[in-house]
Amino acid sequence: MEKRQVVLPTLSRVAVCGGTHGNELSGVYLVRERLKKKKVVEEEEHVSVVTVMSNPRAVQHCRRYTETDLNRCFTRATLSSPVTDKTPYEIVRSQELNSLLGPKGSPEATDLVCDLHNTTANMGLCFIAYSDRDWISLHIYRHLQRQMSGIPVRFLHFDLPLNEAYSLDSVGKHGFAIEIGPQAHGLVRSNILSAMQEGVQHMLDWVRLFNSGAQFEGGQVEVYTMVKNVDYPRDPETCGLTAAIHPQLQDRDFCLLRPNDPLFQTFSGETLKYKGTEALYPFFVNECAYYEKGIALSLARQRSVGIPSIRSEREGERGKFKSAAEEIEEEETEEEGSPIEMECEKQSGSL
Amino acid sequence: MTSISNVSCFNEARRVAIFGGTHGNEMSGITLVNLWIKNGKEIQRKGVETKPFITNPRAVEKCTRYVDTDLNRAFTTENLSAPSGDDLPYEVKRAQQINEIFGPKGSPDAYDVIFDLHNTTSNMGCTLILESSKDHFNLQMMHYIKKAIAPDSCPVLLTEHPLLKYSTSRSVAKHPIGLEVGPQPQGVLRSNIFESMRVVLKHALDFIELFNEGLEFPPCSVDVFRVWDKMDYPRDTNGNIIAMVHPNLQDCDWEPLNPGDPMFQMFDGTTVRYEGVGTVYPTFINEAAYYEKQQAFVTTRRETLVAGAIKKA
Repeated sequence: MEKRQVVLPTLSRVAVCGGTHGNELSGVYLVRERLKKKKVVEEEEHVSVVTVMSNPRAVQHCRRYTETDLNRCFTRATLSSPVTDKTPYEIVRSQELNSLLGPKGSPEATDLVCDLHNTTANMGLCFIAYSDRDWISLHIYRHLQRQMSGIPVRFLHFDLPLNEAYSLDSVGKHGFAIEIGPQAHGLVRSNILSAMQEGVQHMLDWVRLFNSGAQFEGGQVEVYTMVKNVDYPRDPETCGLTAAIHPQLQDRDFCLLRPNDPLFQTFSGETLKYKGTEALYPFFVNECAYYEKGIALSLARQRSVGIPSIRSEREGERGKFKSAAEEIEEEETEEEGSPIEMECEKQSGSL
Repeated sequence: MTSISNVSCFNEARRVAIFGGTHGNEMSGITLVNLWIKNGKEIQRKGVETKPFITNPRAVEKCTRYVDTDLNRAFTTENLSAPSGDDLPYEVKRAQQINEIFGPKGSPDAYDVIFDLHNTTSNMGCTLILESSKDHFNLQMMHYIKKAIAPDSCPVLLTEHPLLKYSTSRSVAKHPIGLEVGPQPQGVLRSNIFESMRVVLKHALDFIELFNEGLEFPPCSVDVFRVWDKMDYPRDTNGNIIAMVHPNLQDCDWEPLNPGDPMFQMFDGTTVRYEGVGTVYPTFINEAAYYEKQQAFVTTRRETLVAGAIKKA
């Protein structure tokens, strides 16, 4: 259990992004309504909030993307690739967004980027981030868990270094996606939009409190770390699906999948079982957009993470405390026999 | 109910088609038809030629509803008789091809029966779509199917309406039947939805086989929902939607909507209520593909249709 207190710089600039996938409509509508009611940049006493429609062309066509998935365009390599008139729209746009909200990895980057998404999977509200030690993200997660009773709130961790992090939220100094499902793409469900509005509101409330000097006690939170993807069984000639997610797994995201549990049902009615040796937690079960990425579901390990008490830097303290990154580096060398698993398998493929 | 002593005779239903992929992102029909194209044993019936067919292959390839224009609105007289040419929208050209293979629409050479397989994001269960209240053959088939899958229900949507009826791909046949199963997101294949569609089709084909064998079906009555009106979302002056289906109405397809009941929830939280005269039965509630067609849901009224006895000629 973390007993020390960590002091972190204030989050003076926050970005709320929607429409990164143009058919994930909760974020699109939320951003549209924010832009209608308020200025694009809201300057308040403790924080400046930028609202961004990430992929306006995809939003106009109500499609996930027009040429390539925008939310895979934020790796260092793609952000620094030269632009020609043959460059896909989304790569051009990712570089624009990097200028607006980044540059990624620099001191000028937006303090916190929150990117809003929907999924067809029954995932409730999920934070998705690249670090399981970003105390800002984890405290915001815990805050939403405590404030929101109508929907399960979870934290998903994809263990990738910053250079390889491919999504929009990786542009900020701190960042995460908020993914809410189940919702079909191309439509708005009132309960899902309400949950997203509530989540964003609680997040901004927490940021204001943090920036005004409040202290947030430490504790333990549960985190799911991505282990691997599993594809559908496919016809070797046509690559078409030969089975669908089993009815006993459908809609059961985050319900433990044990070895020999039903996984797929073939079109001839046969049950295919999970052949892994480790019980894992499924998520993104039957996400529409992942068929083309060869993902039927993803699997995660769950564990408890200790978070320290935190507060923001006071006026005279600037530069006195280590940056968050330095904190993490020091922690890694200090801890011995840590239960934290650093190794992640990321192969997609068979059962 | 008046007693009908005459038996209507219909020709044997010898040529039957099963259409999938009329909308390229409605996965149950696409998957079933591809399965049956590979191995059609499941859909074979004595004395019937059953042809599974992907109607919009380009849309299926892109996993999109349509490429240029909605195929399931394209079978108008104007489109079918338009001079063929490269500048026609893809789906219009496709409609003409389909009309040639399975029609011509309205002629004695047209296919006897076409089942058109669709999915919806609405909570419509297994809905059968009937285009004409006078199609006693179809009414008898739907009655048979409803009895076979009871206690599960199979609502019948009657799309006969002077303004709101549209020209479907199945309308090429003498007896067109739409099968609309939901809720399922576009581009997604759910096992339970897939199996439901499969079971309904099995019963439909069984009916045809029994009919072709000479079985006489006595008069019956069928409860249907007749299309009444369509309701759009509240929009602002720029045409942007400014409300969503109210949580009380979401997923309540086929349940009564009374005057004064909540209908939409504005983004500022206020409730918009239904102000029609009398109770209606909404359906296609929050169908993703209908946002662009200015349709939040369709209202229907309940009716009982009577089908006379039928048998093979």
